[in-house]
Amino acid sequence: MYFCTYVLPKQMMNVGLFIPCYIDQFYPQVAIATLKLLEKVGCTVTYPLQQTCCGQPMANSGYEHLTGGCNDNFVRNFADCDYIVSPSGSCTLHIKHHLHATNETAATAIRSRIYELTEFLTDVVQVKTLEAAFPYRVGLHQSCHGQRGLHLAQMSELMAPPFSKPGQLLSMVDGLELVQLDRRDECCGFGGTFCVTEEAVSAKMGKDRVADHLRHGVHYITGVDVSCLMHMEGILKRANSTVQVRHIAEILTATL
Amino acid sequence: MTTRDQMLANIKANQPSVLPLPTQFTFVSAFPDLTRQFVDILTFVGGTAVLLPDMDAVKKHLQEQYIGLSSIATTVPALASLSDMKLDVADPHELAGLNLAIIEGPLAVAENAAIWVDEHQLPQRVVPMITQQLVIIIRQSTIVPNMHDAYKQIQVDATGFGTFICGPSKTADIEQSLVIGAHGARSLLVCILP
Amino acid sequence: MNQLSLDHAGAAIEFNKNEPRVDWHDETLWFVRTKRDRAAAQVPEWEQLREAASQIKNYSLSNMHDLLEQFEQNAIKNGITVHWAADADEHNKIVHGIIQKAGADRMVKSKSMLTEECHLNDYLTRHGIEVIDSDLGERIVQLRGEPPSHIVLPAIHLTKADVGDTFHKHLGTDAGATDPQYLTEAARQHLRDTFLTRKVALTGVNFAIAETGGFVVCTNEGNADMGVHLADVHIAAMGFEKVIPRAEHLGVFLRLLARSATGQPITTFSSHFHRPRPGQEMHIVIVDNGRSRQLGRPDFRNSLKCIRCAACLNTCPVYRRSGGFSYHSAVAGPIGSILAPNLDMKLNADLPFASTLCGSCSNVCPVKIDIHDQLYKWRQVLMQEGYGPGSKTAAMKTMATVLESPRLYRMAGKIGRGVLRFAPVTVENKFNPWYTQREMPEPPAESFRDWYINNKKS
Repeated sequence: MYFCTYVLPKQMMNVGLFIPCYIDQFYPQVAIATLKLLEKVGCTVTYPLQQTCCGQPMANSGYEHLTGGCNDNFVRNFADCDYIVSPSGSCTLHIKHHLHATNETAATAIRSRIYELTEFLTDVVQVKTLEAAFPYRVGLHQSCHGQRGLHLAQMSELMAPPFSKPGQLLSMVDGLELVQLDRRDECCGFGGTFCVTEEAVSAKMGKDRVADHLRHGVHYITGVDVSCLMHMEGILKRANSTVQVRHIAEILTATL
Repeated sequence: MTTRDQMLANIKANQPSVLPLPTQFTFVSAFPDLTRQFVDILTFVGGTAVLLPDMDAVKKHLQEQYIGLSSIATTVPALASLSDMKLDVADPHELAGLNLAIIEGPLAVAENAAIWVDEHQLPQRVVPMITQQLVIIIRQSTIVPNMHDAYKQIQVDATGFGTFICGPSKTADIEQSLVIGAHGARSLLVCILP
Repeated sequence: MNQLSLDHAGAAIEFNKNEPRVDWHDETLWFVRTKRDRAAAQVPEWEQLREAASQIKNYSLSNMHDLLEQFEQNAIKNGITVHWAADADEHNKIVHGIIQKAGADRMVKSKSMLTEECHLNDYLTRHGIEVIDSDLGERIVQLRGEPPSHIVLPAIHLTKADVGDTFHKHLGTDAGATDPQYLTEAARQHLRDTFLTRKVALTGVNFAIAETGGFVVCTNEGNADMGVHLADVHIAAMGFEKVIPRAEHLGVFLRLLARSATGQPITTFSSHFHRPRPGQEMHIVIVDNGRSRQLGRPDFRNSLKCIRCAACLNTCPVYRRSGGFSYHSAVAGPIGSILAPNLDMKLNADLPFASTLCGSCSNVCPVKIDIHDQLYKWRQVLMQEGYGPGSKTAAMKTMATVLESPRLYRMAGKIGRGVLRFAPVTVENKFNPWYTQREMPEPPAESFRDWYINNKKS
């Protein structure tokens, strides 16, 4: 049984759930948690069945000109949704900045209606409490595209007041102890195809990021982007670490 | 077409339509105590400050501070008795042996402990760099809060050369280890008069 | 192996073979970034200052033609000789001509990234002119026959032991001596003699002022001043983008520059040159070398706003872990990666890919250059112009075909998961760069879509 406080009445929001391709294929549990979380706060969620990918793998590799088919498919799937919500800062940012399609009117509308999960919860649904429990020490990885692209949290480079939308949500979870990292928003080095084309630097960045969390005794590393978590999980597993990664949706729906 | 004309033509062809200058490019710095701020920053950058009541006290302080030192020169008439060298030389190379230069700074900046000097204070441009030790005498009344205020007061082309000096010369080029005394003065003492 | 002959990824592999050294490099530069943060935090109007600086530079670029004419006119009135160089070669020839006219065969030079870009030292050496770099870091790398690895901290890739060895070999310091104080003192003595004996001195230019026809040179060591105030001839080399409208705008830039670069409130010397001293000659060489071409690229022109503070290098997680030489270009790091393709797309096609697009560079930039967005845009330009390897283009075309078709996507996903579950050896091998240092994700039996259809869809 879930109890939540939110501003808008239940069943008011028709949300189209956008599940990035690699989450669909490799981390279905994150998508399931996202769906449950959105329903828990009162949204009516649909998952358009013909969705594939935001096109970012090609675009970030310099082939945005090959993403037309992906874009049109995205528009076909999501044109009718009031809101589009995704458990990925990176894919959301890509759509927000780069979605152009044959039906440009629909693409423009989608660009303004797509939200990353945590910003949707804090800004649109305006969740104030969450009935969730996760009694562990948790390190929050601030994925760059969510943080610096979507401004999910204040960026350490800017001289401006701090805030953190994922942090705000995590603070509603019973028993969760959020640790302070030495470098609070350094990139983990995943970077899309960068993770293989620049393997040496990518892996080193990942190892260093993981080490910061380990130094602070975390049980779990969480974040808003599974891609970063997958990269850090690969490093943790290679090191036979007992520390695990969890997408923030999994923690926000966790119960004892 | 000369290179100049070709470059300027290329630039004209490629520059975007004119964009506005910012409406605000000067800012106010509110320091509770300008002298205090200046001294704190000067200390941070490796300089030393001393507050003294008058030129006699400066003289006395410098005599004690640089006891036994020779090859001293100054542009300050009241301190002429401390000097055994002159700065007003025809060839700057004559200053190669200068151990201590004592000059005046007409304007200082609280936010960064920079002191403006130009050729009104410098008989030779190289004086503040070639000397082993440097003393600059400033007055509290001429400390302005920040660089915007400084540029309002100075005229950068009043003489052919002017420079903001902030602390002694330094480098951190070897492993980011700060070393005071790179090529310019090894120390900077700022005497602050009321 | 010579890192300069490898592409960025290849050089990064070499650099990462010594992990403790990578850690040291990373931490040293991160320390500079934290100093920058502390300095910036002391200025309440920091973000407004960045905005003002950005707008002054935007204005300057948009009015560049007139500002340069104004600058030239006023500089000539001040008694400065103004030269114009279309490219690196012309720049080098002009500088060489001035040195020859002065009857000199030796020159002392303070930091100028432009002369690195133009390979001036090589050119002059080939023509029998000895050049001594007077910035300590530059002198260290010069003695080692290396280029600078960082635009503000040229020898940041070296440990004090490396410097000790170099100085022992070239300056006769004690073998094994590594104390920075001692080594710096040795360089001071060595270079003092240079300053006192050179008739020609060259400096870079941080800012050129159109209104007054003067220019500003910033150093901590005092080496630029020592060189030029003792020389008969002062040559100042500048890219044309250094010009700003008025002296009062310097307030904005000098408040930002050193704080962004090293966390200092201002450099030790911020020297304003307007006229040669009596008997001295002063020359300014204004260089294009591709800048007017960059000015004509709307997506990339604002890279010319750069004031060379290197904050983007210090904050860049890739730069810190790959080193300056991996960028095989005079200006390394994120800013170098958006400048270099303009100079040579083929040679520098790898650089915009040496980034995760994390965006930290754009946030620290004191003139608000959208560096990471330009990296993304350069990727598009370079691949569309055919500078990508054919194999990559083919792979991307296949990927696009699969991802734009829901049916093919689902089939590929199923096969991929199946392979990982039942024949992991086909991907968990040394040919898979992911697997070199990372485990593969554990593949689930069903995709989310499968689960959704089985559990949710009514």
